[in-house]
This record gives sequence, structure tokens and C-alpha cells, in this order.
Amino acid sequence: MTAAVPNTAAENEVMIELRGVNKWYDKFHVLKDINLQVAKGERIVVCGPSGSGKSTMIRCINRLEEHQKGQIIVDGTELTSDLRQIEQIRKEVGMVFQHFNLFPHLTVLENLALAPMWVRKMPRKEAEAIGMQYLERVKIPDQAKKYPGQLSGGQQQRVAIARSLCMSPRIMLFDEPTSALDPEMIKEVLDVMIELAESGMTMMCVTHEMGFAKTVADKVIFMDRGQIVESNPPEEFFNNPQNERTQLFLSQIIGH
Amino acid sequence: MSHDFAPLPDLPPPASSVGVIGWLRRNLFSNTINSLLTLFAIYLLATLLPPLFNWLFFDADWIGDSRDACTSGGACWVFISARFSTFMYGFFPENETWRINLIYIALIACMAPLFMEGFRHKVKLGVFVIFIFPIFGFILLFGGVFGLEQTETSQWGGLTLTLLLASVGCVAALPLGIMLALGRQATNMPAVKSMCVLFIEFWRGVPLITVLFMSSVMLPLFLPEGVSFDKLLRALIGITLFQSAYIAEVVRGGLQAIPKGQYEAADALGLSYWKKMGLIILPQAMKIVIPGIVNTFIALFKDTTLVIIVGLLDVLGMVQNALNDPNWLGYSTEGYVFTAFVFWIFCFSMSRYSQALERKLHTGHKR
Repeated sequence: MTAAVPNTAAENEVMIELRGVNKWYDKFHVLKDINLQVAKGERIVVCGPSGSGKSTMIRCINRLEEHQKGQIIVDGTELTSDLRQIEQIRKEVGMVFQHFNLFPHLTVLENLALAPMWVRKMPRKEAEAIGMQYLERVKIPDQAKKYPGQLSGGQQQRVAIARSLCMSPRIMLFDEPTSALDPEMIKEVLDVMIELAESGMTMMCVTHEMGFAKTVADKVIFMDRGQIVESNPPEEFFNNPQNERTQLFLSQIIGH
Repeated sequence: MSHDFAPLPDLPPPASSVGVIGWLRRNLFSNTINSLLTLFAIYLLATLLPPLFNWLFFDADWIGDSRDACTSGGACWVFISARFSTFMYGFFPENETWRINLIYIALIACMAPLFMEGFRHKVKLGVFVIFIFPIFGFILLFGGVFGLEQTETSQWGGLTLTLLLASVGCVAALPLGIMLALGRQATNMPAVKSMCVLFIEFWRGVPLITVLFMSSVMLPLFLPEGVSFDKLLRALIGITLFQSAYIAEVVRGGLQAIPKGQYEAADALGLSYWKKMGLIILPQAMKIVIPGIVNTFIALFKDTTLVIIVGLLDVLGMVQNALNDPNWLGYSTEGYVFTAFVFWIFCFSMSRYSQALERKLHTGHKR
């Protein structure tokens, strides 16, 4: 596998910026002073124990969750409660979920063509052509006419990735994309993600697939109890973890 | 890999568990108590069914035009056939009933393609049937233009009125009910939400008979003098609002059954609220609630008989009206059996159609 392209964040524009972001669920302080910059083309892997706030953090970036304090700036637009700005940002930010969340009442191709047609106002023919193009990229063009329920988990997740890509997003967010999959299917999804990463897409990925992190990540972030504990390039992160909490986490994961 | 996995062959099930004998044994004679119950049920059917069928069919009088024809002791279906046109058309002028028949025929002709597989313009035709056809139907019924004799709504009655009340009630209440359900779910708009809750809880809390009574007796008291609007229209509005509250609650159940991930996926793709609801959430939610919606439709169809208390004579009202005719005193059983049969046909058809629809829309994608 080719080594990750060296981090050239300094000379690139900033795509995602979180400044002092705080969030509470009722009284539970789930995100504490998160500061983070993601440059264009950068690939970030976020890991950490469950309940550490990693999913919440990336769900704040496309406003599936609302932050209560601090600033989130995505592609130059600040996220506020302004609906038009939220929709504008969501057009540019694709998201892949743990449970795929394909639309079960639509065929695979309809799932793919829906957003380009209704959000980007593309004619059906063109939207479906784009859909087919991405289905080929995730290597399941023969499933276009099937319903999501007829596909395996790995295939569904690849369709979900293709569905996001059909909107030609500038940023892709992945929220534990392989945690609901059988071990046999994880690889096919990771292969698609690795290919996507190598094409230069800006990516933020919550995952525990450390192999994926080592292969493609520019930076690995470790979160615990709502805070970013450590943020380093993968070699540094895996070989020389600074924080005690990170060392413990890594020893548990790699111990398997 | 030298050892191939070879599954064992499938064997047929034991003979006593399949076929007619197996079915009888499983379902009717599985143990002593069930065997006794089966025998008792057979005895009941054998003693009750023959007299019933004799009365309904074999001893019944079918031909004639007055009660003199009813001599054989069975049911007097002559009563029904003699008054049939009033049961169907109410007091509609007799030589104008072709207008009602034309509406039925046109409606069936418009609806038939909707049930056909592979018909391409279902949506367009559906929109036509729901929005344009009622105008056509109203012109034909009411008249007063194109040389058609004008009729009064008080002349509309019988099955025509029943179908009018039920179809307008269902068609108008469905979109209203969906809007109310969406409003009740709108947690980020507290004013809209509480208005919807208030509306739904009010209309669900009062009996339909009260609604009809209020619309006919009390509403005119609040209107300025000289302003009056049609009794039938008031009943229709009352029925629609009443029905929409029930539909709203059924639809809300469907909305709640849609996993949160569907909302999130639609949001994440940048769909606006209305597109998210119209393209993703409602198509799935409505499919789940088809049985519930049809259930409320069937209930409404039967509840339309209540309009009799405000002086509108639907099919039941016309039958009761005919029973007061001195020429036909004493044939109430026939009248009510006939009415029950008419209602049963419509309700059963609705139920079967909803089952067929469920099967058709079930694309095998349960998560």
C-alpha cells in the first residue's frame, strides 16, 4: 500500500475548523473545548472509548447535533441556526453512518439519484448516470435495481458511500462505518474508503480500524470524556503515544 | 482443501403431518376438548344455517311490485326491489338519475387504470381523480349549468349521499390529517405543535353525533343573520375535521415508527424539511399505517349513517323512510339486512384492497 501523502496542511486552505466547541446533553458535558483544524485533502481518524464524544463531534460538523458554545466553520461558512446555511453546508459534506441508513423504499439507483435530483436540481437521466458511475466505483453496478434490503451489509455500506459521493461533496464524514459489519465485509468497505482517501478527499473518520488509520490517516485523534487527548500523525501516535490514557487504549485495542 | 462440505439430503416430512388428514388433525381434532368443540360447532351450523338460507333464498319472494307478492313466508325482497331507486338515489328527480349513474361510470372508468399494473400515468390520473373529478361530479349532481336542471342538496340521498359523505370525508381528511401529524411532531415550532395538539385532542374528544348536531343546530346561531350555508356542506366540514384528527393520530404512529437514521440520512444529504418528509419519511410511514388508515375509513363509512339526526337521509335513512310507508309496514328485517349487506360490500372491498396494497408495497426490505 502506498504511504500516506505527507501532510501539507500548512499551505492548504482550512476546510473544517472547530474553535472552543462545547456541547451538553441536558447536564452531561459531552464535548469540552474542542479545537481542531482540518485542511483540504487531509484525512483524520478519530478514535477513543465509547461515550468519549467522537461521534457527537463529527455529527456537529454537519449539524445533526447542535453545539452550544464555540464556533464551527465548515468550508468558510459558520454553522449557526440559519437553516439555509445548514442546508448549504450539508450539500458539501457527505456522511456515512454506522447503520448505513439507506432508504429502504427506494432501489439502490434511486437512493443514489435522489439527492442530486432534489437538492442539486439535476435531471433524472444525468443523476442516474452519476449514480451508476459511483456504483461502478464501489464495484456493485449490477445491484442498481435491487432494494437495499436485498443487499449484504458490506454492499449496503458501499451504496451509502456512493450515495454521499453522488452529491460531489468536498468533505466526507464517516461515523463508525464498519462497526455494524461482519468481519468478512469490513475489508470491502475499507478498500473503498482507502481508494477515496487516495483520491484526495478531505475525510474525517470515526473508526477503530487501526490498520486503516496507519494506511491513510494524516492525523490520528484520540478522544476521551469529551476532550481531545492526543492528536498526532499515525507513526508518532502508534509508536510513541504521549498520554497515559492513549497508551492504555492502544494496548487494549492491539491486544486483541 | 481436500475435504468438501457435503450437506445431508432433505427428507420428506412424516405422512400424518401433511395433506387433508394432517390439516384436520392439527386444526380440528388435536385433542379431546378441541374435538368436542368441533362437533358442537358442526351441530350449531347444521341447525342454524338451513332455516337462515331458507328465509334468505329458498322461501324468499323475489318477483312482484307490491306486498301482495309476498306470501311464501320467507324474506320479501320485493320490498327492496320496489324501493331500490330511492335507496340508491334518494329524492333525486327520477328522470335525472342518469346524472348520478354517469358519475359512477365515469369514476369507475377513471379509477380502473389506477389498479392496473404497468399503467404509466398513475400519478397524473390520481391527481385528476382527486382534484378535477369532484368538480365534474359536483356540476353533474348540482346542475344549474349547461342546461342541467338544478337540484337541491336536500334531494341528494340514499347510497349516493353515503358515498359522497364518505369519499369527501376521506379524501379531504387525509391531507389535513397528515399536516396535523407533521405539526404535532414539529418540536422546534412550539406554537404550531400546540395548535395541532389542541385541534386533534378536541376533535378526538367529541362524538361525531355531537359534531353533526352542533354543525346543524348551533353553528347557525353564531353566524350573522342572513348568512346561511348548506346543511350538507356543514355536515361534510364536520365529518372532515373529525376524521382528520383520527387520521393525524394514525399517521403520527407511522412517523414514530421510522428509525431516526432515516431522518438523519435525509438531513445529511441536504434535503429540506418538506423534501425529507415527502420523499423519505412519509412514503415509508404511510405504508406502515395503511391498515390503520383503512380502519378509520371503514369506521367513517359506517359513521356516515349518523347524518340521519340532522335530517340527511343516507342509504340507512332512506330504508327507514321506506319502512314508514304504510304499504310496506313490517318489512324492517329485510330493510336492515339489505342495508347491512350494502355496507358490508363496501367495507369488505376496502379491507381487501388495503391488504392487496400492503402486499404490493411490501418490497421486502424490512430492516
